[in-house]
Amino acid sequence: MTEVTEAPAAAQRYVGGGVLRKEDPQLVTGHARYVDNISLPGMLWVGIIRSPFAHARINSVELSRAREMPGVITAFSGEDLAGEWAAGLPCAWPIANRSFPDPTTEDPRAPDHWPVTKDKARHAGDPVAVVVAESRALAADAVEAVDVDYDPLDPVLDLEDALKPDAPLVHGDFEDNRCYTWGLAAGDVDRVFSEAPVVVRERYLHPRIIPNAIEPRGIVVQPVAPQAEFTMWSATQIPHIVRTTMALTCGIPETKLRVIAPDVGGGFGSKLQVYGEEAICLALARKLGVPVKWVEERSENYLATHHGRGQIQDVEIAATEEGELRGVRVKILVDMGAYLMIITPGTPLLGAWLYAGLYDADAYSVEFTGVFTNKTPTDAVRGAGRPESTYAIERVMDALARRVGKDPAEIRRLNFMPPFDEPRQVASGLEFDSGNYEAALDKALELAGYDELRREQVQRRDRNDTKQLGIGLSTYIEMCGNAPSQVLAAVKYGAGGWESASLTCHPTGKITVVTGTSPHGQGHVTTWSQIAADELGVPIEDVEVVHGDTAVSALGMDTYGSRSAAVGGTALYLAAQKIKEKARTLAAHELEVAEDDVEFRDGKFQVRGAPERAKTIPDLAFSSWTAHNLPEGMEPGLEATYVFDPPNFTFPFGAHVCAVEVDTETGETTIRKYVAVDDVGNVINPMIVEGQVHGGVAFGIAEALYEEAVYDEQANLLTSSMHSYRIPSAAELPPFVTDRTVTPSTTNPLGVKGVGETGTIGAPPAVVNAVIDALQPLGVTHIDKPVTPERVWRAIQDAKGGAR
Amino acid sequence: MRRIAVTVNGTEYEADVEPRELLVYFLREHLGLTGTTVGCDTTTCGACTVLLDGKSVKACTVLAVQADSREVTTIEELAKDGEFHPLQRAFHEHHALQCGYCTPGMIMAALSLIEENGELSEADIRVGLEGNICRCTGYHNIVKAIQAAAQEMRSPAPV
Repeated sequence: MTEVTEAPAAAQRYVGGGVLRKEDPQLVTGHARYVDNISLPGMLWVGIIRSPFAHARINSVELSRAREMPGVITAFSGEDLAGEWAAGLPCAWPIANRSFPDPTTEDPRAPDHWPVTKDKARHAGDPVAVVVAESRALAADAVEAVDVDYDPLDPVLDLEDALKPDAPLVHGDFEDNRCYTWGLAAGDVDRVFSEAPVVVRERYLHPRIIPNAIEPRGIVVQPVAPQAEFTMWSATQIPHIVRTTMALTCGIPETKLRVIAPDVGGGFGSKLQVYGEEAICLALARKLGVPVKWVEERSENYLATHHGRGQIQDVEIAATEEGELRGVRVKILVDMGAYLMIITPGTPLLGAWLYAGLYDADAYSVEFTGVFTNKTPTDAVRGAGRPESTYAIERVMDALARRVGKDPAEIRRLNFMPPFDEPRQVASGLEFDSGNYEAALDKALELAGYDELRREQVQRRDRNDTKQLGIGLSTYIEMCGNAPSQVLAAVKYGAGGWESASLTCHPTGKITVVTGTSPHGQGHVTTWSQIAADELGVPIEDVEVVHGDTAVSALGMDTYGSRSAAVGGTALYLAAQKIKEKARTLAAHELEVAEDDVEFRDGKFQVRGAPERAKTIPDLAFSSWTAHNLPEGMEPGLEATYVFDPPNFTFPFGAHVCAVEVDTETGETTIRKYVAVDDVGNVINPMIVEGQVHGGVAFGIAEALYEEAVYDEQANLLTSSMHSYRIPSAAELPPFVTDRTVTPSTTNPLGVKGVGETGTIGAPPAVVNAVIDALQPLGVTHIDKPVTPERVWRAIQDAKGGAR
Repeated sequence: MRRIAVTVNGTEYEADVEPRELLVYFLREHLGLTGTTVGCDTTTCGACTVLLDGKSVKACTVLAVQADSREVTTIEELAKDGEFHPLQRAFHEHHALQCGYCTPGMIMAALSLIEENGELSEADIRVGLEGNICRCTGYHNIVKAIQAAAQEMRSPAPV
């Protein structure tokens, strides 16, 4: 469905067209600028000594053997570096205990988190010491030469065991391992559940997943003025947030720290983080006065880059005998890991308002308990909170369908909110922007050939085929476009949710866009060029988009949570309106007509009724630059900045259909067809949007079928490399059938919603529901993610009542 | 240190390398050919794929000394006179890359797949790419791009 349009001609020439990416030429030819490509004169390499134990007291750190090695410059323990930190590593979203709706109940539990630990290691991979050497290899050698004396302690591993009175403590400052309990309730929940004729209860597990951006993290810090001013290149999604927080952690004036995110090789949330290694590199560059570099090995990535998910959900829904949803009640344990990173406690709450999905319910209650464990910290990974909420409601709706004897499509239709194009309040208190849920489902079922699949399913069941066919649905809703600053204030997040854009029209007619977003694969350079070119009536080649450098864009909130188009794209659109406002005044002055007689049409300011009398933005950029003949009081130059704070979230939704074949003898699942119909509002670049859906769905399928961080009883990560942690290749994944419905968002003038996470949110329940659907005749009603052949086989044996 | 002579992208280089030096770091850090990236260190992700005597290898699992007296081809060699190689053009036109980090390895693996095989079905391409991980695209457009490039590379050049 992607139409590639290189040179569109209509008035709105670029937005909506499949413009090819401007980012590609350097990437396909091997001329990208990733952090690991940076090499500076005199640069030294940093190596990090990490605890091999999940929980251990550190008795001593012996550095002399490492320090004496040829090519090794120095080495430091956590104690040695303690004086470098003006503050610990930040958590911007601590959650107070019982904090909603009364935020004053109890102080949030936010344990100390130092870049290099001093007393105790709290997860395998916790940094214990650092070395500095002349090369990558020498730094790796020196890491091996540091002797640390540990007393291993019992680790806290399981979420339920962690809350038992006799559990070892991850943080001795607190009386137990609970980080917080936070709840949200609406309606008479107890009454709805006690009076409901049908109550369905299920328990769903969300194992930890490891984000695995293919580019590992990397950092280079260059002292600009010795010990006083620094440039940091970091493979990060959030250069602006890194700059502000690192200034605080390292005690450097924010104005003396420039952070650059050059080309960044994927993030998926893992680079939406402020990491100890950033502080370590800054501190070492300050101490030594030379550039330093650290690049993560993949084995470090598995231990030291944050993980995602990690939940146990107890889900209950109340319904009528017909299957009409009345109430949702959910209790969730969430694995924080060993420390609170930038939004560790708040991440699960990003789904807190969405546990009723896109259905109506009278009563709504969710309660989250965050739990400390001796594992790598968790934080936002693609979807962040919303894959979990979607999985809960979409799995349990299938369970309800089975209970009341309805088809999964029928149970969904019965419960959808009717179409709306004005904001509508839902049970959890949110205002959804717009929706037409049945339209997306209709389209998805048609593309999937649903009725035909059901017929084939009956045939296979009738003949006891060893390959059973299953069809799974997921009709999801998510919230993104993060975020209205007032809402962030209400949930005690430590920053705003706005985004900025600046436009400069140069005298030669070229345009520079400076955006506060920080892309790492999403194609903002192309998409933002489309918006600017259309709004200002210039060729797309004349627009340059600059991003990811705090020296160029002072204001930025960076890229995550499917926010960039809805917030940053809107900021750009509104900055362009400011430009046009000034340009119109100047045009009227030059054309010697009243401003009201000038209209912006076909990319030009024209005199109404006399379109041949016109000025273009490049014309006006030049005359505003020469400033020879400006209206009285007008400032020279044609540039504008807009900072957009969204009035609401956006709410993409969609319907996914997955058809699987499950081998009942081996337990192997093969995806036969995957259909995604998404409504992400208006679309700026269909090719890029479709690409985001493909990648998101792949991520979600991986979560459903393959990926899981597995620990042994000592909290050692067993799936500690790409060998043992299964990321699907092209051979495992199917081609995708994608389509859209378009319900413009009412939250922003572009009508866009966001697409980066929809696939990851929609896909997991579609896949798992499909596998369970396939095995219904065998009596299987539940299998946990990831649905591996072993789990399927065991579920079949259990259902048969056979021995394991 | 061992002295090696390696031809990389048509130019012969002589260098003293540590026996443990990996080919990928020889390319990146000695020769400055940073187009070849490192993703996993364990021969799984394929980001570091290059051609060694015309066959694809993962340069994170080949020692530089093993490349002595042999020919290496990297992503930097593909575009000629400012013109994309058909695979590069196909990746661009089919939106087969997002962050681009796996792309050089993916293209080099695809090149060897096309050159070492006859007609490739979609399934052949998917199995052939099993050693190259992309986290962004879900492979859908990568497969389409390789199908298109393979067709172009096999058809006679336009007169």
